[in-house]
Amino acid sequence: MRVENRFASLPPYGLSAYGFQLSDRAVNMSSRTSSVIPGFGLTLGYTLVYLSLLVLIPLGALFLKTTELSWDQFVAIISAPRVLAALKLSFGTAFAAAVLNGVIGTLLAWVLVRYRFPGRKVIEAMIDLPFALPTAVAGIALTALYAPNGPIGQFATQLGFKIAYSPLGITLALTFVTLPFVVRTLQPVLADIPREVEEAAACLGAKPWQVARHVLLPALLPAWLTGFALAFARGVGEYGSVIFIAGNMPMKTEILPLLIMVKLDQYDYAGATAIGVLMLVVAFILLLAINLLQRRIARS
Amino acid sequence: MSIRRFTLAALASALLAGPAVAAESLLNVSYDPTRELYVEFNQAFNKHWQAQGHEPIQIQQSHGGSGKQARAVIDGLRADVVTLALAGDIDELQRIGKLIPEDWQSRLPQASTPYTSTIVFLVRKGNPKGIKDWDDLVKPGVEVITPNPKTSGGARWNFLAAWAYAQQKFGDEAQAQAFVEKLYKNVPVLDTGARGSTVTFVNNGIGDVLLAWENEAFLALKEQGGEDFEIIAPSLSILAEPPVAVVDKNVERKGTREVAEAYLNYLYSEEGQRIAAKNFYRPRNEAVAAEFKAQFPALKLVTIDDDFGGWKAAQPKFFNDGGVFDQIYQAQ
Repeated sequence: MRVENRFASLPPYGLSAYGFQLSDRAVNMSSRTSSVIPGFGLTLGYTLVYLSLLVLIPLGALFLKTTELSWDQFVAIISAPRVLAALKLSFGTAFAAAVLNGVIGTLLAWVLVRYRFPGRKVIEAMIDLPFALPTAVAGIALTALYAPNGPIGQFATQLGFKIAYSPLGITLALTFVTLPFVVRTLQPVLADIPREVEEAAACLGAKPWQVARHVLLPALLPAWLTGFALAFARGVGEYGSVIFIAGNMPMKTEILPLLIMVKLDQYDYAGATAIGVLMLVVAFILLLAINLLQRRIARS
Repeated sequence: MSIRRFTLAALASALLAGPAVAAESLLNVSYDPTRELYVEFNQAFNKHWQAQGHEPIQIQQSHGGSGKQARAVIDGLRADVVTLALAGDIDELQRIGKLIPEDWQSRLPQASTPYTSTIVFLVRKGNPKGIKDWDDLVKPGVEVITPNPKTSGGARWNFLAAWAYAQQKFGDEAQAQAFVEKLYKNVPVLDTGARGSTVTFVNNGIGDVLLAWENEAFLALKEQGGEDFEIIAPSLSILAEPPVAVVDKNVERKGTREVAEAYLNYLYSEEGQRIAAKNFYRPRNEAVAAEFKAQFPALKLVTIDDDFGGWKAAQPKFFNDGGVFDQIYQAQ
């Protein structure tokens, strides 16, 4: 599963906070002498083949397909008002959902790691359900609940706003689908922070907020950013759950992946890949920015 | 015979038998609402096929949005026959896929359309908003549910039916466009497919009127026991023609041309027509049509070929990027 691979590639932030971080030299395996476990060449080769088959070749094909378009055509497609509106909506709602999960996910991880209470294991198991459920099922269920006449949606109607068929509904679906990311990335890091560290800080006269700000936050932030980035990236590309709750009104609640489907239904393969490339580039830039931010934090 | 020899013989016979078994299966790639129709038709055809002294044949059905299904076949899904929502999608099998000849539509009677349907209104029981005709759909406060014509074949028929009505009423295109624009202002949700819209209207309780395939409307009524909804037939609608075709490249590769052609021809038989009518599709056969006269209201129907110049003209004009449908939403 893709998610696990990404998790596996995380730097050991939990350790780094306590000065246990392996030195850069030990991690850097380019020199043959420093490795305890042999097989660097083999594993690197495997990694490259694996990545090429799964990631590079499909993405390369995507870029290749867009070369059927001239630069002017490409620009005309991605700068159409509808595409720009959908771009704003897709990235905006994915960002909002990631922020929401950043706050609530942190809270969940904290509660699950730090407290022992009856039913904890059940909640723990529930966290992963949004991954297991087919996204279409999630979308249909959320729409039925939050539609203007639905059991929950009707209260919103009375208050004069809509949940389903509005950007709010899209954010809701994305929050549901990306729920596990922040929780699951924070949990092991939180579990690695011994309580003694907080107690020591308190003994040295730190107030609770100072403990949170100067002890917990620096340790958690890199992992938090990773969870945030994963949730955000997943949200941008989500189709199955959103399509039912969005309402799909052009210029208003039309997400970018839907525009790709629309192009495909017109047998406009090149146009569809153009939007795909646009999404990929924007997402890559944002993820790169998050990565750089992470590195700066880890260094300081 | 030693065990090893026996295994080898078994393996060899399995390998030899493999292609023969495969030749006796048929894949029908269809669109969403024909699921129930083809379940019944496949059984009937199999009986007919065996009665003619053939081995029983395994018929597989695949359903989905019409455009998506056409793309799957172009991308290599080995369909023996396609039975899609509109001729435009089968045209693409020729244009992009080169899987069928250009004259595919003239190979079977009635422009390769063994059954037809039309677009009707499904309203809530008692018709609280008093919806009788297309004019009522543009009134303020009426919510209309229809899928997105960019992604749904059924929705394109809906759009064209509304256009045909306005065109006939006003007699000029600018006013027809204004009418359709007003209609789509009353649409709160554009689902991606016909089934999605039915769910929005029936299960989620959104909207006052659903523009639907006549067969879908009857099916929704049948499943609900007729308690919650009524069908309203507008004064004018469009003859929705979902055509069928043998996919030449695939049947030649698989050696299934004979059975594939027999399969489609059987749709035109009295038995096939009766099954279509029972599943709420309008039959072409006049005797069968007379039998089911009570079921289908007589409607004034325009056709895609006579009134819109066929899909080859209608698709780019109305539904491709920058077409009338896009202009409606750009104007808002």
